[in-house]
Amino acid sequence: MTEKAIPLWEVFIRSRNGLAHRHVGSVHAADATMALQAARDVYTRRGEGLSVWVVPSSAITASDPAEKGMMFEPTGTKIYRHPTFYDVPEEVGHM
Amino acid sequence: MYTQGLNSIDKIAAPDGEQAERFQARIDADDRIEPNDWMPEQYRRTLVRQISQHAHSEIVGMLPEGNWITRAPSLRRKAALLAKVQDEGGHGLYLYAAAETLGVSREELIDQLLSGRAKYSSIFNYPTLTWADIGAIGWLVDGAAIMNQIPLCRCSYGPYARAMIRVCKEESFHQRQGYEIMLTLSRGTPEQKEMAQDALNRWWWPCLMMFGPPDGESQHSDTSMRWKIKRFSNDGLRQKFVDATVPQAHFLGLTIPDPTLHFDEAGGHWVYGEIDWDEFRRVLAGDGPCNRERLAVRRKAHEDGAWVREAALAYAAKRSAATRQKAA
Ligand SMILES: [Fe+2]
Ligand SMILES: [Fe+2]
Repeated sequence: MTEKAIPLWEVFIRSRNGLAHRHVGSVHAADATMALQAARDVYTRRGEGLSVWVVPSSAITASDPAEKGMMFEPTGTKIYRHPTFYDVPEEVGHM
Repeated sequence: MYTQGLNSIDKIAAPDGEQAERFQARIDADDRIEPNDWMPEQYRRTLVRQISQHAHSEIVGMLPEGNWITRAPSLRRKAALLAKVQDEGGHGLYLYAAAETLGVSREELIDQLLSGRAKYSSIFNYPTLTWADIGAIGWLVDGAAIMNQIPLCRCSYGPYARAMIRVCKEESFHQRQGYEIMLTLSRGTPEQKEMAQDALNRWWWPCLMMFGPPDGESQHSDTSMRWKIKRFSNDGLRQKFVDATVPQAHFLGLTIPDPTLHFDEAGGHWVYGEIDWDEFRRVLAGDGPCNRERLAVRRKAHEDGAWVREAALAYAAKRSAATRQKAA
């Protein structure tokens, strides 16, 4: 295996207008143009999308699952951020 | 199944320790494991092996059917077969990408296949001798694959489960186009019907072997079940396949090549005869009718493509150097 590794790209597809692009998988390609073509061939053989993004996997910064406590737990106690925290008399109607 | 080789490798010991217990608790609670989560080394190794064997099977599986693309009997059949073989290539790529999330490189996986160290499903080492084989493969091989893959959509490892969901959505067409071929042939001339019967005769037993060794001999099942990498036993899936398939064969007016096959009224199942496990082990160990040819074709394709990969990388390097220069 003396060959150089071919870069990895993450693929995002917008399935229809009005929806956000969603991560669907990844492809290997030498450059962005080829990554787009590969993503089209691999992930949209049945009209799954109207728009494709490819992003070099190495360009993504991800949070560490081992630190998810530190990242996300502080919001767990802030129940006053949810509408159900507040009492509104029934007579007022839907709010 | 596509990962039947798993059953013949070293026994996996269950890990212990507090971290492993917490991991098991997550799995028991039907939580999904994602790439950067902590996982026992054995869980990782089992998955890399299973997912990559599955990927290799999809890729090698393109060869027996690819053999008939240029000789399909009509444009309709040709377009369908071409689309199916492309799908199998896509399945291989989804699965390689899922395996890579566990920290193994694509180059390494390909190298394992081409060097003969990795296994793939025994079924793809049988030849496609007539057009009817394309019908039999779609109906039976893809039918068996579906049985196995549907439970994998709920596998504990997120990227594998997600890849399986995509795959399952695409498989249904594969089986239906195969059955349609069989139906046309079995309603055709006596020669065509005979061809369909001959294909069924040759593919039936190898298809039953796809589910892997009988439960008693399958060494990895317990741990894999506990980790929810596997959700049904080999024999359980095999029985489901037989029960679904026998009535479909009867509808075609074809005979399952098993003189002992009978319906057990009490149990509500079709009871099938003895499977030739010696043949299974021989084919899996590399001594099937087409093992050498399949690997030789893959190796040639890889070597013949080397200059393309090299040129694409050189072009990308040149372009990014030019962009940098312009920016400076
Ligand atoms: Fe497939
Ligand atoms: Fe398929």
